[in-house]
Amino acid sequence: MANLNLTLKVWRQLNADDHGRIETYEAKNIPNEASFLEMLDIVNERILVDGGEPIHFDHDCREGICGMCSLTINGIPHGKDKGVTVCQLHMRSFKDGDTIWIEPFRSRVFPILRDLMVDRTAFDRIIEAGGYIDIRTGAAQDANNLPVEKDKAEAAFEAAACIGCAACVAACKNSSAMLFVSAKAAHLNYLPQGAPEKQKRTLAMVRQMDAEGFGNCTNQYECEAVCPKEISADNIAKLNRDYVISSAKEAVG
Amino acid sequence: MLNSNIPSGPIEQKWTKHKFESKLINPANKRKYKIIVVGSGLAGGSAASTLAELGYQVSCFCYQDSPRRAHSIAAQGGINAAKNYRNDGDSVQRLFYDTVKGGDFRSREANVYRLAEVSNAIIDQATAQGVPFAREYGGLLDNRSFGGAQVSRTFYARGQTGQQLLIGVYQSLAKEISRGGVTMHSRTEMLDLVTVDGHAKGIVVRDMVTGEISSHAADAVILATGGYGNAFFLSTNAMGCNVMAAFRAHKRGACFANPCYTQIHPTCIPVSGEYQSKLTLMSESLRNDGRIWVPKNAADCGKKPSDIPEEDRDYYLERKYPAFGNLAPRDIASRAAKEACDDGRGIGPSGLGVYLDFRDPIARLGEDTIRARYGNLFQMYEKITGENPYTSPMRIYPAVHYTMGGLWVDYNLMSNLPGLHVLGEANFSDHGANRLGASALMQGLADGYFVIPATIAPYLASQTPGSVTTDAPEFKKVEEEVRERVGQLIDITGSRTVDSFHRELGHLLWDKCGMARDKAGLKEALKLIPKIREQFWKDVRIPGSGNNVNAELEKAGRVADFLEFAELLCHDAHDREESCGGHFRSEHQFTDKSPEVKAGKTQPGEAKRNDEKFSYVAAWEFKGVGKKPKLHKEALKYEAVKQAIRSYA
Ligand SMILES: Cc1cc2nc3c(=O)[nH]c(=O)nc-3n(C[C@H](O)[C@H](O)[C@H](O)COP(=O)(O)OP(=O)(O)OC[C@H]3O[C@@H](n4cnc5c(N)ncnc54)[C@H](O)[C@@H]3O)c2cc1C
Repeated sequence: MANLNLTLKVWRQLNADDHGRIETYEAKNIPNEASFLEMLDIVNERILVDGGEPIHFDHDCREGICGMCSLTINGIPHGKDKGVTVCQLHMRSFKDGDTIWIEPFRSRVFPILRDLMVDRTAFDRIIEAGGYIDIRTGAAQDANNLPVEKDKAEAAFEAAACIGCAACVAACKNSSAMLFVSAKAAHLNYLPQGAPEKQKRTLAMVRQMDAEGFGNCTNQYECEAVCPKEISADNIAKLNRDYVISSAKEAVG
Repeated sequence: MLNSNIPSGPIEQKWTKHKFESKLINPANKRKYKIIVVGSGLAGGSAASTLAELGYQVSCFCYQDSPRRAHSIAAQGGINAAKNYRNDGDSVQRLFYDTVKGGDFRSREANVYRLAEVSNAIIDQATAQGVPFAREYGGLLDNRSFGGAQVSRTFYARGQTGQQLLIGVYQSLAKEISRGGVTMHSRTEMLDLVTVDGHAKGIVVRDMVTGEISSHAADAVILATGGYGNAFFLSTNAMGCNVMAAFRAHKRGACFANPCYTQIHPTCIPVSGEYQSKLTLMSESLRNDGRIWVPKNAADCGKKPSDIPEEDRDYYLERKYPAFGNLAPRDIASRAAKEACDDGRGIGPSGLGVYLDFRDPIARLGEDTIRARYGNLFQMYEKITGENPYTSPMRIYPAVHYTMGGLWVDYNLMSNLPGLHVLGEANFSDHGANRLGASALMQGLADGYFVIPATIAPYLASQTPGSVTTDAPEFKKVEEEVRERVGQLIDITGSRTVDSFHRELGHLLWDKCGMARDKAGLKEALKLIPKIREQFWKDVRIPGSGNNVNAELEKAGRVADFLEFAELLCHDAHDREESCGGHFRSEHQFTDKSPEVKAGKTQPGEAKRNDEKFSYVAAWEFKGVGKKPKLHKEALKYEAVKQAIRSYA
């Protein structure tokens, strides 16, 4: 149960118009078992007592599923532990005396709102463009009337595990959103329920992604490496395939 | 004052009959009506999208940056439905009965029956949306078991049932947003409700990025703002969960029902230190295979679990409740854990813990099977504790998890304030004094997809659409009050943090109004809460301004409401002189001497209801800060089931 003494280098920015800067904080006597966000809570509590303004960051469920938390730690979105969000990162992964750099998820598409909080509404607009199955409430048939092969259902689930946190974008030097978009499209495109709108959906989501200003994928797969849900980059290949086929069909009419 | 508007007739026919007899609004007229939905979780999101599909103009609000992040996302284990795909004897009748019994005979029969009745359509709806429920090799849907039931009726998507159902809801919301049926306001917090001539006609909100305060008017308002578990500071809820919207409505006249019915979930990771911000649930689904135990002898508590031989282990749930075993309902399993720890047999550094052990199922089924079933939960446990649950048992302890109480609503889900409708965890109606696992997701989606779309029409039909706008003086007045309050909070410039007050309140509630309560403790809490509140308004410190992102200001507004709400919670717990479900009054329990124990109907230490005096819903009317609220009673009538001693033995 050792406690840690750390130095934090934190991005501070009052609002979108402000020029941000890195500020330094000494984080003394941090319990080993605390989560990373609890460490920030402790630091904030001290900043507040000293009369300062706390470090702002997005967070909510604190169990790795809501996708709110969005910190880049020592250059890696969600930090160096694999398969976790920042809220699941624990201080036992750090050593006494460490210096930790904490920055927001950076991308030209995500304006900084304050300190470590960014605006990720571009993701919502991509879903609104077509990332759904157009079914009215009440119109569904009995759920077991449509068996789904277990492997397809599993593949759909693997893709659907995406929590929309945008670490993939933050990790990409081009700010590509391909891992996110491909996972969201694959979830529905794998399933028989999603088949009727597959072409329309694929084209609409990709076009909205481009319109938002996300960059191209150059197959470096940093996205896959940082994804807290370990979404596979195979989805990107699938999206590319689906997109080519859909465009061709569209051109033919 | 409280008319539950339960339709007449046999319970199986009430809902169909009610829908037939309710007024409709023709499709062309629907688009003239505006509806505000606060909340984008399973309840609010499903209501917003379905109402928009029907043609209403919907505005939806949430405090997160995207509707997809509502706290419903965190639900792990599953959702119930009476499909009987397992051919194990399930039916609407059985789901209804289990839920009423699970609620310790303190819920409203007619609502619960309707819930069971629409449960199947939820599974159909979600599947059609592409929710990737677990499937068997034949391609059909799989089920697991949850507490309080002897059938397998729980549908699940690994340990992510909440996220997957919510993505279904969110995608259908996205469809309506793009079609123009729903206007979405994310990062927008409702700070007050506006009533005009006694009807709920709008809300005042704060833009959490710019700080702008503005009004929104509508023909009806729906609150689906979740539960108030965070009154206790530490809970399994997300950090932002709060009671503000519901409490504001309460202060504007809506009755708050059964606030003392709070659910303490038996299997959470134990508290480890003061710095802790929340507690993490280990899903009830783990109790399908995991076995709960403590050492038989207090002297063994410090030993490594693997060094404690079989005969020295007390599998206390299996021992006390052989018919349900580890799948005893939550209130019962939590109290049994507390009892074992109070007996000095708790494990772990604090002595407040019991084991949830997978040794036997791993030996029987293999580690791979267990990994496939619970892999992500095991991983979550390991991340948090640094211990490997495949090789040593999990340490768990009860924690605040869910709130059965909420705003009072009638059969139409309308509160006593006309026009104000309340859905999901924010209302009180379906779970009585204890909720069974996998029933909250079911209720939220039932309310939003299937109930409110039908039951809001009669109210709307009585209103001229668009008759109230934000130009009404009532809006200006409430807006002014909201601005003043925000200013007041910022101007205190005291010395203590918001969290320090929240923590203090939480400790007090957990101590005096937690797993066990008694009169003296509650009296003391009622004395201390106003003192904390007074101190808060004198000494809290909120830096920065209202015109920017300001997390301390947001928290302060919520904690200020918890500090008033906590008193309501304790009043209710104090006045309910019986034990039922999650409300356990130490004075009211069965003992060795009780005739019911001697007759073998129950065991010492079990909750003792008093049906003669307390078969009612306690709906409280606000009478001023620090004043005792006024109690209104809605008598509970049991026609389809008989109130009985709840036995799981
Ligand atoms: C860890 C965990 C696991 C669970 N697992 C299960 C399970 O397996 N099965 C089950 O049936 N139940 C489970 N539950 C319970 C269940 O998840 C919840 O009861 C249910 O999802 C609540 O849904 P809701 O729509 O009522 O509220 P929520 O999902 O909490 O949504 C509330 C919404 O209201 C908004 N809101 C709140 N206040 C304001 C305000 N002032 N202004 C604007 N917006 C506001 C929020 O932004 C959010 O959109 C679990 C709960 C927890 C905590």
